[in-house]
Amino acid sequence: MAKELLKGNEAIAEAAIRAGLEAYFGYPITPQTEVLEWMSRRMPELGRVFVQAESEVAAINMVYGAACTGARVMSTSSSPGVSLMMEGLSYIAGTEVPMVLVNVMRGGPGLGNIAPSQGDYNQAVHGGGHGDYHPIVLAPSSVQEAIDLVVLSFDLAEKYRTICMIVADGNIGQMMEPAELPEMRPVKRREWDWAVTGAEGRERRILTSIYIDPYDEEVTNLRLLKRWREIQKNEVRYKEYYLDDAEFVIIGFGTAGRVALSAVRAARAQGLKVGLLRPITLSPFPYQVVDELSRRVQAFLVVEMNSGQMLDDVLRAVQGRVPVEFYGRLGGVVPFPDEIADEIRRITSEKLTVTADPREAWYERLSARVN
Amino acid sequence: MVTIAKPENLVYQRPESLTEFPTHYCPGCTHGVAHRLIAEVLDEMGIREKTIGVAPVGCSVFAYNYFNCDFVEAAHGRAPAMATGIKRVLPDRVVFTYQGDGDLASIGMAEIVHAAGRGENITVIFINNAIYGMTGGQMAPTTLPGQKTTSSPNGRDVETQGYPIRMAEILAQLDGAGYVVRRSLHNPANIRKAKKAIRLAFETQVRGLGFSLVELLSTCPTNWGINPADALKWVEEHMVPVFPLGDYKVAEAVAQIKV
Repeated sequence: MAKELLKGNEAIAEAAIRAGLEAYFGYPITPQTEVLEWMSRRMPELGRVFVQAESEVAAINMVYGAACTGARVMSTSSSPGVSLMMEGLSYIAGTEVPMVLVNVMRGGPGLGNIAPSQGDYNQAVHGGGHGDYHPIVLAPSSVQEAIDLVVLSFDLAEKYRTICMIVADGNIGQMMEPAELPEMRPVKRREWDWAVTGAEGRERRILTSIYIDPYDEEVTNLRLLKRWREIQKNEVRYKEYYLDDAEFVIIGFGTAGRVALSAVRAARAQGLKVGLLRPITLSPFPYQVVDELSRRVQAFLVVEMNSGQMLDDVLRAVQGRVPVEFYGRLGGVVPFPDEIADEIRRITSEKLTVTADPREAWYERLSARVN
Repeated sequence: MVTIAKPENLVYQRPESLTEFPTHYCPGCTHGVAHRLIAEVLDEMGIREKTIGVAPVGCSVFAYNYFNCDFVEAAHGRAPAMATGIKRVLPDRVVFTYQGDGDLASIGMAEIVHAAGRGENITVIFINNAIYGMTGGQMAPTTLPGQKTTSSPNGRDVETQGYPIRMAEILAQLDGAGYVVRRSLHNPANIRKAKKAIRLAFETQVRGLGFSLVELLSTCPTNWGINPADALKWVEEHMVPVFPLGDYKVAEAVAQIKV
């Protein structure tokens, strides 16, 4: 397929359709609504299922039902809507059925705004619904990568019978750029041995997330954990830029990672030995590569569009071996490359020390800038 | 010697659509009656192997253990949304939800109203016993004015705790509803009528005539604090006047179904 000028949200929708999506359930919310609109036209045209639900609560439970039949199914939403879906996600995790959810993140907390944000990192990676479970979380930094990750997400969800979330900050959903869509794949429902389809000529099947005997629930939790350990072993994904000889490493995902790349390129042009690590799987997080880098570089700078949520995962991997600095913009504000370039100049010229919480100094710097 | 177990001597047996699993329901509870009626209808229509049930949260949370067909277990109140997801992907299967009054008329109010509004081709069996059973007898949206529960210890005060909600009447207003009726399980004559209604509800679904719901007035002797026989009387004397039995919506095409 040739490259076309595509809007992120529409590309996400069409990529899912071409990956064999059978059913879509969603609810309008900015900046994600174009996915729903695209689906409302394309899915019926192809004889597939589209339902605009009465709420995100209903949408995720429709997804839950459809996922129990073994169909390829997804929903999309944005931060406040994803909060409403957390109950359903927990049930889906507990029932061990595959599904894909895209969160086109916006500024928060609360109603917040409709500008791009990465404020839902912890909700996606460390929190979310009740109980012990880990979804796979993928973070694209371009329209092309969003397309590729949507296609991948269905395969991952089905392979591990898990939730696969894509967290795209609002930029990715709203911007247009040249990208290539995959070929249309035919809808092909696999004969899963767990799917609920009507007990025709076989024993009945039950899909549930209730295990009233705690010992049974413990066994279930262990099974989820076993699968998660396999995911951690096999599915870590990240992209490296200029890391071979880097003495300073920037870490950022999604749009923050992309903006940081511009700053890194500018720094390289000035002869600074700076590189970028852009995690693509936020969960499982690339702890090992950060660990290895921390044994040979002078310092890290974590850049996020939040107040330092991924930062905690970086700190966990670095374990105080070298200084970790932080730069974040909040509430829907996207950092400019110049701001990150300033930070690069600062960390490469100042004498840095290992501090317990890099947010302390950043808080002072950002307050001075904003107020 | 007479062999009783000959087919022509059989007057009563377990429907194929029920499992042999003993139920956990309290003595005198009518969940067992409702389960059996559904199972008999699935047998008579020959649709057991095509049917997928959706269990609720409440006393019937383990309903999936008792029905011999595929089943899923929904989150509290979300059964109609989950059923929507299943039915849309598998339109040739028969999908039913089994929900209590807290599940359907309180936390699941949005899901049931919109499933009916969309005219989802699903069947809902709604057990109304005017109380929360599983959590130990709290006030339900269908609790009667003055009725004592553990969360309305002085009796439901309509000034501060509102009035009972009549779901059959509400849902019957929606164009997507094909068949919405209320029946009761307090005596054999009404149980027979209830079974006929359940049959019609499933017939409505297999013909694609829209949303169908049978509300069943039911007992909860344990949480009402009375014996099973008095509980049946209580349904007749106290519940039926507040929740009148009857057909609230029978679409023209449904009225023509002969069973």
